[in-house]
Amino acid sequence: MRTELIDTTASSVRHALMRACQQMGGLTTGVVLNLVVMTDEGEQYDAMKAASQVGREHPCQVLGVIARKLQGPRRLDAEVAVGENSPGQMVLLRIYGELNQHVDSVVTPLLVPDTPVVIWWPGRAPQAPAADPLGLLGQRRITDVAASDDPPRRLLQLAAGYRPGDTDLAWARTTSWRSLLAATLDQPPGEVYEATVSAERDNPSAELMVAWLAGRLLVPVRREVSDGPGVTEVNFLTDGGKIVISRADGRTATLSRPGEPDRYVALHRRDIAELLAEELRRLDPDEVYGEALATMAAIDRQE
Amino acid sequence: MSSGQAGIRLPGNPLRDPRDRRIPRVAEPCVLVMFGVTGDLARKKLLPAIYDLANRGLLPPGFSLVGFARREWHDQDFAKLTYEAVREHARTHFRDEVWEQLREGIKFVSGEFSDPEAFDRLAECVNDLDSERGTRGNRAFYLSVPPNQFPVVVGQLDRSGLASTANARGWRRVVIEKPFGHDLSSARDLNDLLATVFPPHSVFRIDHYLGKETVQNLLALRFANTLFEPIWNRGYVDHVQITMAEDIGIGSRAGYYDGIGAARDVIQNHLLQLLALTAMEEPVSFAADALRAEKQKALSAVQIPDDLAEGTARGQYAAGWQGGIPVQGFLAEDGIAPDSVTETYAAIKLGVDTRRWAGVPFYLRTGKRLATRMTEIAVIFQRAPHLPFNATDARELGENALVIRVQPDEGVTLRFGSKVPGSAMEVRDVNMDFAYGESFTESSPEAYERLLLDVLIGDPPLFPGHEEVELSWKILDPIESFWADAGRPEPYLAGSAGPASADAMMARDGRSWRRL
Repeated sequence: MRTELIDTTASSVRHALMRACQQMGGLTTGVVLNLVVMTDEGEQYDAMKAASQVGREHPCQVLGVIARKLQGPRRLDAEVAVGENSPGQMVLLRIYGELNQHVDSVVTPLLVPDTPVVIWWPGRAPQAPAADPLGLLGQRRITDVAASDDPPRRLLQLAAGYRPGDTDLAWARTTSWRSLLAATLDQPPGEVYEATVSAERDNPSAELMVAWLAGRLLVPVRREVSDGPGVTEVNFLTDGGKIVISRADGRTATLSRPGEPDRYVALHRRDIAELLAEELRRLDPDEVYGEALATMAAIDRQE
Repeated sequence: MSSGQAGIRLPGNPLRDPRDRRIPRVAEPCVLVMFGVTGDLARKKLLPAIYDLANRGLLPPGFSLVGFARREWHDQDFAKLTYEAVREHARTHFRDEVWEQLREGIKFVSGEFSDPEAFDRLAECVNDLDSERGTRGNRAFYLSVPPNQFPVVVGQLDRSGLASTANARGWRRVVIEKPFGHDLSSARDLNDLLATVFPPHSVFRIDHYLGKETVQNLLALRFANTLFEPIWNRGYVDHVQITMAEDIGIGSRAGYYDGIGAARDVIQNHLLQLLALTAMEEPVSFAADALRAEKQKALSAVQIPDDLAEGTARGQYAAGWQGGIPVQGFLAEDGIAPDSVTETYAAIKLGVDTRRWAGVPFYLRTGKRLATRMTEIAVIFQRAPHLPFNATDARELGENALVIRVQPDEGVTLRFGSKVPGSAMEVRDVNMDFAYGESFTESSPEAYERLLLDVLIGDPPLFPGHEEVELSWKILDPIESFWADAGRPEPYLAGSAGPASADAMMARDGRSWRRL
């Protein structure tokens, strides 16, 4: 059921939400987290859709916040949807005028109490998410540097402002690669003395992988530029020979080890909903991401 | 070029870090050899589960699947069967590239279980896969075959050298499904047979109930919270009811079911495992040995009733109406002798002789063709010692209950009394509900996914050990032999809640079954 409220207040939105839930049979009880999506009119459709898909795995209350005109009279419009395509509940807030400086005052009363809060910026995000008034509300702050104009520079900004609880979808995009790389080194290859990551120019996931490998293996890691899509190859030089994992088509990777037949493994690029679902699976700080960011910043200083 | 300086080097794989919980456990390269690939279970559960694992990136590059069956088939026929099973029953999205990855490793070997040559071909096929796909000699054998075929298959695995790790690299594991024997002595025979070929830690006995999220959640519920454990004892619990009700009849399983019956089919494995998990003490860790040790202790403390006539009940479904459809009785089913005394319903009352549970009865029941399909563990608490209300105010108040719903709607229900709105003080039961089923199902893995992955990784906590199997038979054998001399099971109407004798068994204790 869907309700629209024009020129309203947070408490009216809350009332509408409660009434909708009661009429749909008390859905609030199953909500395991609050997901606040900081978006704009252009990207809100895709972002809210991804959030509602995620709701199937993590029943959540989704609060979409859309900044409308920053000038002009102050106003709050809201759309409340309960039990539509998603097990949780969804509120879309449109913010006008100077209210944009005080979004947290609208969001805070709408959060399901005593339930984790995650803030997601699908597009533009503050330089230091944890210093943002809304970011402060969340125990997890999810950004996506791939959506910015200069991803590598954005990553360095995030590294500078990093606080435990920050995470970026560019990091989630490395998970299936990292998992395959870790599995590859489960069979001892001998000593690894160098590694290489090939990917499109400015691919932030590749930068994070370079930093992660460098930090974990403590060996030189090269970064090479390819035509993509995404990350196309990772190889390890070991004293037993060269191990190559290549993925030219963005779907299937080939694993080559010395003295063994080539093997194929599906390694598809995942969509936003899948990445977001992975992010929400754990709500404690991702320390390994924090270390990869720190290593990246250290590498940048050396260069 | 860059080199990092952060991070502490750990022994073993430097890319693995226990804090890095995004990276899942992935099995080593291996071959899974399946016997009985054309059965229902393989098509509906096992093959789709393998695809789902691959799709989630949990199967290693090079993973290979070999089917073995009597049919005159080639690799592509088995690949087609697998493809159809995946398209129809897989839980996750179908992706061509995942299927391609799987399909390349699918082989089929045709032959009889009794034919040594066929097993030599199988051995050759599996050895070829080691060199073609780099599976490194790691092999799991899944025996989805009737128990009377175990000896011949296991014998052939031994003879052909497939099971041997001498002079060969890699690991060998064998997966068997229930029934693990039909009484204590046959269970020991089966175990002895397996033990001649496979060491105990390589034998995985699959009980798919133990792979279900709710059953694992029982451990979380009990041991991750402070709320329940303090009252999880005879001081607060009145009794426990463990139910597995099915609405279907025996279907095409007459050959297996006749002579086995409900108790051997369900109570010996599923219900006694659920009892063990409910009654056991806290394990020192969730490692397989620690968990099994506690389950064994619980099972070894189980006492059967002194008077088996009073403490057990059994029945056989008669023709009736099930869910609006007329259905035939058990004796009229195809393949069932008209004078069969096999029970299709069994209920038993057990005690657990420990300080925690002394005097608290555990009632177990299972049956086919009952009113509905459900599996649950219900912990029923004692009534409040004193009710400061008028007698009539709390007349509708039942006992508090914590119900772990295993299927079909996985979740947890807590039942307690609450005031009815109005000017009078009236108290009535209400339910507080946590539904796994409603919100989490879409991505909660099938039990078989979890269990197959555990086999390939070699992680056995969710598999019962043979000691538990033997202890279960020790509980059931005296009951079975009592029933064998006690005439015919009592008929009950299909679509009902079971035979009257089961209700009478509860009534003698002043209790009643939870309504199905």
